Amino acid sequence: MSTAPQVTTRPPRGTLVARVLPPALLGGRRAGRLVERNLLVYRRTWIVIASGFFEPLFYLLSIGVGIGKLVGTVTGPGGQVISYTAFVAPALLASSAMNGAIYDATFNIFHKLKFAKIYDAVLATPVGVTDVALGEISWALIRGTIYSAVFLLVMAVLGLVGSVWALLVLPVAVLIGFAFAAVGMAATSYMRSWQDFDFVQLAVLPLFLFSATFYPLTTYPPALQVIVQLTPLYHGVALVRALDTGAVGPGALVHVLYLAVMGVAGLAVTSRRLGHLLLR
Amino acid sequence: MASAALRSLEYWAYQYRRTWRGTIASSFLSPVLYMAAMGLGLGSLVDRSGHGASLAGGGYLAFLAPGLLAATAMQTAATEATWPVMGAIKWVRTYHAMLATPLRVVDVLAGHLAWMALRLLLVSAIFLGVMAAFGTTPSPWALAALPAAALTGMAFAAPITAFAATRENDAGFSALFRFGIIPMFLFSGTFFPIGQLPAPLRPVAWVTPLWHGVALCRALDLGTATAGPALGHVAYLGAWAAAGTVLARRAFHHRLAR
Amino acid sequence: MPSDPAEPLIWARGLCKRFGDLVAVDGIDFEVGRGEAFGFLGPNGAGKSSAMRMVACLSPLSGGSLRILGLDPARDGVRIRSRLGLVPQDDTLDLELTVRENLYIYGRYFDLPRKVIRERADQLLAFAQLTERADDKVEPLSGGMKRRLTIARALINEPELLLLDEPTTGLDPQARHLLWDRLWRLKQQGVTLVLTTHYMDEAEQLCDRLVVMDKGRIAAEGTPRQLIEQWSTKEVLELRFGPGEHEALAAKLGGLAERIEVLPDRLLLYVEDGDEALAGTHRRGLRPDSALVRRSTLEDVFLRLTGRRLVD
Ligand SMILES: Nc1ncnc2c1ncn2[C@@H]1O[C@H](COP(=O)(O)OP(=O)(O)OP(=O)(O)O)[C@@H](O)[C@H]1O
Ligand SMILES: [Mg+2]
Repeated sequence: MSTAPQVTTRPPRGTLVARVLPPALLGGRRAGRLVERNLLVYRRTWIVIASGFFEPLFYLLSIGVGIGKLVGTVTGPGGQVISYTAFVAPALLASSAMNGAIYDATFNIFHKLKFAKIYDAVLATPVGVTDVALGEISWALIRGTIYSAVFLLVMAVLGLVGSVWALLVLPVAVLIGFAFAAVGMAATSYMRSWQDFDFVQLAVLPLFLFSATFYPLTTYPPALQVIVQLTPLYHGVALVRALDTGAVGPGALVHVLYLAVMGVAGLAVTSRRLGHLLLR
Repeated sequence: MASAALRSLEYWAYQYRRTWRGTIASSFLSPVLYMAAMGLGLGSLVDRSGHGASLAGGGYLAFLAPGLLAATAMQTAATEATWPVMGAIKWVRTYHAMLATPLRVVDVLAGHLAWMALRLLLVSAIFLGVMAAFGTTPSPWALAALPAAALTGMAFAAPITAFAATRENDAGFSALFRFGIIPMFLFSGTFFPIGQLPAPLRPVAWVTPLWHGVALCRALDLGTATAGPALGHVAYLGAWAAAGTVLARRAFHHRLAR
Repeated sequence: MPSDPAEPLIWARGLCKRFGDLVAVDGIDFEVGRGEAFGFLGPNGAGKSSAMRMVACLSPLSGGSLRILGLDPARDGVRIRSRLGLVPQDDTLDLELTVRENLYIYGRYFDLPRKVIRERADQLLAFAQLTERADDKVEPLSGGMKRRLTIARALINEPELLLLDEPTTGLDPQARHLLWDRLWRLKQQGVTLVLTTHYMDEAEQLCDRLVVMDKGRIAAEGTPRQLIEQWSTKEVLELRFGPGEHEALAAKLGGLAERIEVLPDRLLLYVEDGDEALAGTHRRGLRPDSALVRRSTLEDVFLRLTGRRLVD
């Protein structure tokens, strides 16, 4: 970049923490404005949002009536034998938290960045680049939380919730959403055209399929197990499944830490990159 | 007429030269990933439970593979017939540019549908190649699953093109996927025999073009096809493609020839 | 801490903007005082918008220093922007929202209370003549309507400093006059205006002071009157001959004018007395298809400073 003394119109670089903490903790009024804007838009298209909930539900039903019957029972994380549907349901919740967050943070943001140019107007006001990043991530999380809550309710109704620990599934779903939304937005800031999004799907699909979503980790040969354990959705799936079945151990903290670090790193990259993209 | 449609087809082929990398990668990788995760991984659970042997093909992977072939053709068709059509009408206005030349509305439509058919053949051929690598093409009849998959795709591409041409924005597409494409993907016999559906829902599955596509591809791939049912599936899928084309033609005229 | 009214609202020294190797703004100095109307003129690519974007705190400086409202844009961007109104060259309206919602959410970005926004929005809609379209989506509006909405939007926070990048491009004459009137009234109320324009009449009407930019530099500065006096003559004789003859004929007119500008469709002779020069033209046996004597305008200054080399 340039060698000029002043290269930024952002507020002075505070500590990393100050820059990345969720807006609620910082009284992020200005980030909240972006949420307000999205609410205005979606007030008219709420049906699109509402319909988003059906996708994981269809998967759950398909597994309940179809594949679940073919598989029968599996061994859950605590060693107990559970129905296949009860095994997959928490993984579907975690995956849909990821999918929703990625979709919002990639396609939607790219559209706003490159085509609708929403932020060009926003940044002429007191709302800054970090506010924009936080606002959009908050929006993705709010949507994701609503979906997760409804899905959890359906699981409870179908008798697929096995423990009171499941109450913690909701904050965990938010954490999963945060981690993927932050990294997704960071990736979006490097995208040049819609074609690059083929690669987003190429990254998301294996995560969805291989993160011990549809069968236990032990199905893999040991070497593959290690690789799977390095990938992010695995931690989300394992965490939600542990809470849902009540097989919670200290390992859960590792999952939480993994996802939190991922989100914070993504957000740090995002707010730096957005500055380069938007403030030229 | 044919040569005019060819010129419009050429446009799409030319466009594709800029974007083929990403789509080829996904047309190759997504079958590999699905076959590995659902066929091998999930399949090992199904087969261990003892239910695999009762499925057509005698194991979950063999059962699933041809079903996924048909389902992938459907998804490719749905993608190619929604946003690109809307884009050519509204965003990039490709159709309008074509119509400013001697091309007629029918040529524009024929060229685009021909392009979708080519894409379907390509995607299905890659899929069949992956199936062969996974050892799920037991008989030479499997080659006949290629046109069958493309026909399955066109049974979706034509009517969806007609639908897309009537839309003002892309909001309807997510509904189409959420309430049409994804439920079919999940419930039309790809992942489990529709005999497992509750009895009242089975006729619904029979009506979906995907079920016919899955049944046809599966029978051909496994070499168990018999003339009667196979021709029935072909006729049913062909009827969807033909009716879709007629509707698309009407929609294009209405939208573009103003 | 209110800023000292005497100090300039904008103060720029050696202001630079580079895009890679391209130097868009090449070390310009200027000041704008409170309540002033200040204009940037210049050909396409001169660097006007780049300078405006730096003043709007939308674009980091590549060099030099800049103070706006007495504050440093690198440190106090938020505080500056909250007191500023910006009409960018390209409308940046939110196409997914309605006309009224655009004003509303923009006001929210400034943290204005909802009630205040609602009142102001009604007034601004009336000003932009968009009251009837208030609940329509923005996308299908005509280009001029969108422009008017962008201008109205920039006023929602009652800015002290209003930046307008080619505000009236695309407006019909009526809407332009309406906007001029509105800007003039804002100026009466003490709002400082900074604008760029390609319309010389607009610059003459609105601006107390102008700079003419060319290739990233400031070529001249002054009031419209000063610029005309300094860079042009009292009168201009415009001559039209048959197509393709102008270049050759310009040579035959040597000595009649201080300066001759050869345009594709006519010759401009810069003179103190136009009628006298026309008589001289006739004396040299030249018979123009048409001839017009007029006073010098900013357009002539613009041509002189940024146009082609003089023939003389
Ligand atoms: N974001 C950018 N990236 C790269 N180059 C840019 C960018 N913005 C402007 N430029 C370049 O900077 C130069 C000055 O552009 P600028 O937009 O400031 O000119 P202008 O005086 O506003 O012209 P116009 O009258 O056409 O609006 C041009 O050469 C332009 O190509
Ligand atoms: Mg400009």
